Amino acid sequence: MKPEQLRYAETHEWVAVTDEGGRKVGTVGITAFAIEQLTDLVHMVLPKVGKAVEQGKEFGEVESVKAVSSLYSPVNGEVIAVNSDLPNRLETLGSDPYGEGWMIKVALAGDGGASKLMDHAAYQKQCAAEG
Amino acid sequence: MRNLKTSTLLFELSKPARRAATLPACDVPVERIDKLLPKDSLSERLPPLPEVSEPEVVRHFTNLSTLNMSVDTHFYPLGSCTMKYNSKRNERMAALPGIADLHPHQPDETIQGMLELLYELQQILGEISGLPAVSLQPAAGAHGELAALMVAAAYFRDKKLLRTKVLAPDSAHGTNPASAKMAGFEFVTVKSNAAGFVDMEDLQSKLDDQIAVFMITNPSTLGIFDKQVSQIAQLVHKMGGLIYLDGANMNAILGITRPGDFGADMMHYNPHKTFSGPHGGGGPGAGPICVTDILGPYLPAPVVEKVEDKFRLAYDRAQSIGRVRSFFGNVGVLVRAWCYIRTHGPEGLKAVAENAVLNANYLLSRVKHILPVPQGDRCMHEFVASAAAIKKKTSVSAMDLAKRLLDYGFHAPTVYFPLTVPEAMMIEPTETESKETMDAFAEILFRITEESPELLHEAPHSTIISRPDEVRAARQPMMRWKGDGNVR
Repeated sequence: MKPEQLRYAETHEWVAVTDEGGRKVGTVGITAFAIEQLTDLVHMVLPKVGKAVEQGKEFGEVESVKAVSSLYSPVNGEVIAVNSDLPNRLETLGSDPYGEGWMIKVALAGDGGASKLMDHAAYQKQCAAEG
Repeated sequence: MRNLKTSTLLFELSKPARRAATLPACDVPVERIDKLLPKDSLSERLPPLPEVSEPEVVRHFTNLSTLNMSVDTHFYPLGSCTMKYNSKRNERMAALPGIADLHPHQPDETIQGMLELLYELQQILGEISGLPAVSLQPAAGAHGELAALMVAAAYFRDKKLLRTKVLAPDSAHGTNPASAKMAGFEFVTVKSNAAGFVDMEDLQSKLDDQIAVFMITNPSTLGIFDKQVSQIAQLVHKMGGLIYLDGANMNAILGITRPGDFGADMMHYNPHKTFSGPHGGGGPGAGPICVTDILGPYLPAPVVEKVEDKFRLAYDRAQSIGRVRSFFGNVGVLVRAWCYIRTHGPEGLKAVAENAVLNANYLLSRVKHILPVPQGDRCMHEFVASAAAIKKKTSVSAMDLAKRLLDYGFHAPTVYFPLTVPEAMMIEPTETESKETMDAFAEILFRITEESPELLHEAPHSTIISRPDEVRAARQPMMRWKGDGNVR
């Protein structure tokens, strides 16, 4: 997925909204900027399929050599797929954060709140201010 | 010269049948172990313990101890940890036989002296905090947080109020959210603003009738006093919530202001920080908590009570959350805290805080010319410098600088905390350091920033182990010796 086509939360998660057989599905991960800030990752906890997620609320956590950080869902809906092997190959996140590094797929309720998220240009501006 | 076998494991030194002591032949009848114990209690193999002589064991541990950096050997500006000098007087007092040889099962009437000391410590901690009800039981600061949140939960249950949320700013210690979750609350982060204070707008938007406790570290982990604290307390109290003060940074305000006076309902002390108890070493700690009179009945039992001129351990406390620690907590470190407080007296404790703040501001005034301090020119007991600019320019990170300081005989500051400052270096000199020591530290820090990035990326160069593989250590930790020559 191209970073330019994604939507972004202030807390550094991205979502790609696609149409799958008439329903809207959001694929969620964390951004390259976030991964760089976290430094080396050592552990990750992802939710199970069927879990209801809410925009801005925690859906998992990621631990680096520096700290444990919460993962916040950028959208509302229900988890329909989990990249369950990702915690075993965390290096994938660094090499392909917007592809193989996806975390969960969410069946969105309505647009799942995606319209409230930032586009790529706005997110880049936020990163420049933080970095 | 360094003994080159220092890092050899005792398992690797082991030779079959080598012993530290030789016992005389057994002069009582010998029974086979499988006749004495049921089969399912017996292991098929002997434990793979190392077989070594006494001098080998002594040299092993003595040499290992010389690799350590401690406050007795090095300047130790580890921010947030308050690594002040641990006075040897306190050790001497805590080792007195009348204190060290007491048994926790002794009847109260035979330990009146100790109970009096603990009672007095309860009174003193209550006075310093402005929160009169005290429990000395918790065994560490984080344990104190948990115990206090359990006290809060018991209070709300008693009042039949459903309260589900604990709030704390994003600059809080990681123990705050952990304690909140362990006590059964939902944890909500409140943003801090660019100056490092609580973002009042964000706080207001998260305040509702579900709030149980707002946890605040004041002075904060950025080494600044949030002057909004009374206003925050008013807002939280209006919603029926309580204020918890994380007392990690009490060293800056001893005798100057009291948490109970600026709105806190509960707090913990870290006696190993504020009252100079020894840190770490696996030794027992303490995290006494102080609360308002209203919350007092819920404190852990027992507490020390004075009845006429006698002291007793009071267990008969119907609303208490019960025991949070065996016996009476870790009394040894409490004795040291009492000694420290009584040695200084009220004026002395105030001077401790004043000098801690003065020292930190002096060091800030020197370090800011080397690394910027985003929160400004004035601090409390510590400050947070940022290596972000130097990293951008030369690729030298806070970690590189910290590691290189070890080569020059300084313990490193805390790095990468708080998370709100990029490439953070958190520096806390404490009141026990001289101007000369702080000058030497600042000069070395400056010299390091002039060194070549390649040299710094590989530092430290003088320690027995340079840079452990932290990622692999966390992902695939090797926890024990397996007896077949491998650690797994």
